[in-house]
Amino acid sequence: MNIIEIKNLSVKYRNVKALGGVSLQVKAGDYVGVVGPNGSGKTTLVKAILGLLPFEGRITFQGMSFSQFRMDRHVGYLPQKMAVQDMRFPATAKEIVASGVYCCKKFPIRLDAHDYTAAEEAMRSLGIINLKDRPIGKLSGGQQQRVLLARTLVHSPEILILDEPTVALDPQSREAFYKTVEILNKEKKVTVLLVTHDVVSVGKYASKLLYLDREVIFYGTFESFCKSAQMSDYFGPGQHVICHRH
Amino acid sequence: MMNIFQQIHEALQYAFIQRAMIAGCFMALGCSFLGVFLVLRRFSLIGDGLAHVSFATVALALLLHAQPMVISIPIVALASFAILKLNEKAAVYGDAAIGLVSSLGIALGVIIASTAGGFNVDLFSYLFGNILSVTGFEVWMTVVISLSVAFVTGLLYHDLFAITFDEEYAQVSGIKVRLINRILILLTSFIVVLGIKIVGTLLVSSLIILPAIAALQVVRSFKATIALAGVFAIASVIIGIFASYVLNLPSGATIVMVNFLFFVIAFSINRIKG
Repeated sequence: MNIIEIKNLSVKYRNVKALGGVSLQVKAGDYVGVVGPNGSGKTTLVKAILGLLPFEGRITFQGMSFSQFRMDRHVGYLPQKMAVQDMRFPATAKEIVASGVYCCKKFPIRLDAHDYTAAEEAMRSLGIINLKDRPIGKLSGGQQQRVLLARTLVHSPEILILDEPTVALDPQSREAFYKTVEILNKEKKVTVLLVTHDVVSVGKYASKLLYLDREVIFYGTFESFCKSAQMSDYFGPGQHVICHRH
Repeated sequence: MMNIFQQIHEALQYAFIQRAMIAGCFMALGCSFLGVFLVLRRFSLIGDGLAHVSFATVALALLLHAQPMVISIPIVALASFAILKLNEKAAVYGDAAIGLVSSLGIALGVIIASTAGGFNVDLFSYLFGNILSVTGFEVWMTVVISLSVAFVTGLLYHDLFAITFDEEYAQVSGIKVRLINRILILLTSFIVVLGIKIVGTLLVSSLIILPAIAALQVVRSFKATIALAGVFAIASVIIGIFASYVLNLPSGATIVMVNFLFFVIAFSINRIKG
């Protein structure tokens, strides 16, 4: 089943085309790596999917339009720019993770013991329960990113959209982060859309690759990408190393 | 020491001191609650910008022989929306948008005052404030608006927390970010208009900024930060009014200095704790 279907999507910023004619389907359980050069429209695609940008074309979720689909309940989003920007932000890791349940609350939002238990469960599943009472700004980049992932997972989303989540992480933390996402995809059948420049990791973990450059250059399995002409166009001589590793 | 307590006891007998205490404490509470959100969102100088706009509106009210608060509240509210719009739509940085509206406010104020034949004592009193001259009507307005701020921030606490930490994520979570931003900024404009009578146009932003940044030095949880900012703000008003009475100093400026003292203490504690 197509969990996300995009038909002829176009986005413009002040009359400048950021994306044009994008059509693709993401199936339930897919792990799609989204790559492309800077300014190729990767984040624009993510924001259009999330309804954060006006666009032309059609995006449906399990056959439902934006108005029918409860994006907030079914989608978990880890924005670009994180880890935490304000190191002095006065909140504990648990407060941040618990804010992940806001999406499932009626107005006015009130949290109960069950919500805090869910937050602790999410932290435990990512191995960060020991950090729950620590101020968010006092954690390392890798720990912060796991806290933010726990926030995203606390309401058990079916779709996980990650926009350059490992940008600020050292190689060890990056690998641990990818492993965690892989487990979510393989064991909990969470559909993953991962925007990244880290092509090596995409090759290692993702089931499909979407190569964007203001339009879809390639969309398919990583194996078929390795054999395609588009591979050498963008990645140059490194392609053999990447494909060999895979 | 006994003499000081006698003076404080004596001060409390005066109706104008009682009014100042009530208005000051409620004002401090409202400012400090909003201050935590505004400071963390790098919008703390909005108090300063809106106070400058209110200078123009007070000049206009005095020119029209109208009640300043009645003229100021709607115009300053509109100015606060203008700052938001500039920031959202015209891609003007938040601080630059505040600077733009702020300087426009001062320029208009000076032109209006000049048209009216120059600056008079009333207009100057709004520049520096006089908490000891608040009227019964102003006390009631302060109580009502400050309690409204406390109620709304309590009602929207989790929404405001989410937006303050990560606006984009909050939007994806289904929180009505634009609406809540407008509510926050509207409440700020109300508080600022009330605040200029207490500490004046030039110092009102300190009531928003100082308790929040003092609290941010020493606590690590969000609720505790809001609570401690409220405690600092109210304590500053009480100590400031008594100190100004005993030492014969201007009340508004003394309140700000006590607020600053709390910040220095909190900053030192933070440094010592490492």
